[in-house]
Amino acid sequence: MSRLLALAALAALLAAAPAALAAGPAGGPAATSGTAPAGTKTPVSEDTVHDVAAQLRCVVCQSLSVADSPSETAHEMKGIIRERLAAGESPEQVRAYFVEKYGNWILLSPPRQGFNLLVWVVPFAGLGLGLVLVLLVVRRWSRRPVPTQAPPMDPAMRARIRREMVEREP
Amino acid sequence: MSGRSRILRWAIPLAVVPVLVLLAYGFRTDPREIPSPLVGKPASPFKLTAYDGKPLSLEALRGQVVILNFWASWCYPACYEEAPSLERAWKTYKDRGLVMVGVNYQDKDEPARRFLAQFGHTFPNAPDPGSRVSVDYGVYGVPETYFIDKKGRVRFKRVGPVSDEMLKEQIERLLAEAA
Repeated sequence: MSRLLALAALAALLAAAPAALAAGPAGGPAATSGTAPAGTKTPVSEDTVHDVAAQLRCVVCQSLSVADSPSETAHEMKGIIRERLAAGESPEQVRAYFVEKYGNWILLSPPRQGFNLLVWVVPFAGLGLGLVLVLLVVRRWSRRPVPTQAPPMDPAMRARIRREMVEREP
Repeated sequence: MSGRSRILRWAIPLAVVPVLVLLAYGFRTDPREIPSPLVGKPASPFKLTAYDGKPLSLEALRGQVVILNFWASWCYPACYEEAPSLERAWKTYKDRGLVMVGVNYQDKDEPARRFLAQFGHTFPNAPDPGSRVSVDYGVYGVPETYFIDKKGRVRFKRVGPVSDEMLKEQIERLLAEAA
């Protein structure tokens, strides 16, 4: 039983590893187009604009990020991001501005708290549970004795089979 | 043997239950319905220039009930459906302390003016260059209508066209409150 527990712990550990990796910042391809508006105070790199835009949901298309959407709304949201960064706000502050106006809905990856935690936990918990289940089943299969020889046949049945085979021969 | 296997025999079908509960919850909620975090909060100040060239700012309207309607000429049919109701409500309540402001959302100047002319809107309307006011109000599509009370707080948000009944209900409620 203790061996089983150790195996389960190992499975849980394996399941948790990708979660830790996923917690890192998401990288995206750097944007090359677009120019900063004139008269800005802080120079804004398009990479930063893109990084913020990639975390925000385009409000008219829902399944695309502001960075990826070609819609006019997304274009204007990028303009607002650029403007706020230029005014000296940090990317986190810009993100917080959009969350304040639209709620957490605007974030493409839900914050890891409350009900949303399910999204982050369930896949890994399911994976761990599945691994444990597979281990249990495999253990049971490997324990089952392999039948070494066929059970002895009833002599009457043997005689009947033989008789019927002879009957059917042309 | 049988103790654990009996548990397993039940555990597998039972595992379906939380999944069903989650699905039942998920399918009951409308993914398009986004609760606005702004209801109950102070309305964002704005400064716009109306189509007739006059300045429009929320600051100047403090102490009055303000209806902020976001619309576009390309928003057919919803914006076209609600336009007469808005004008009717404005005419009914303008002398009782109601201010109605139309904010045009991502539109071209000429079709927007044609829309205003078509419905004969007499309340102030303004374009929103760069969608700054729209984003400040968390607009994600038109039409959207915000009801701001005399203290300058957003009290109600309507996504989709407004009706005469809805306007009446909200306006009467907010007008009845003390400033």
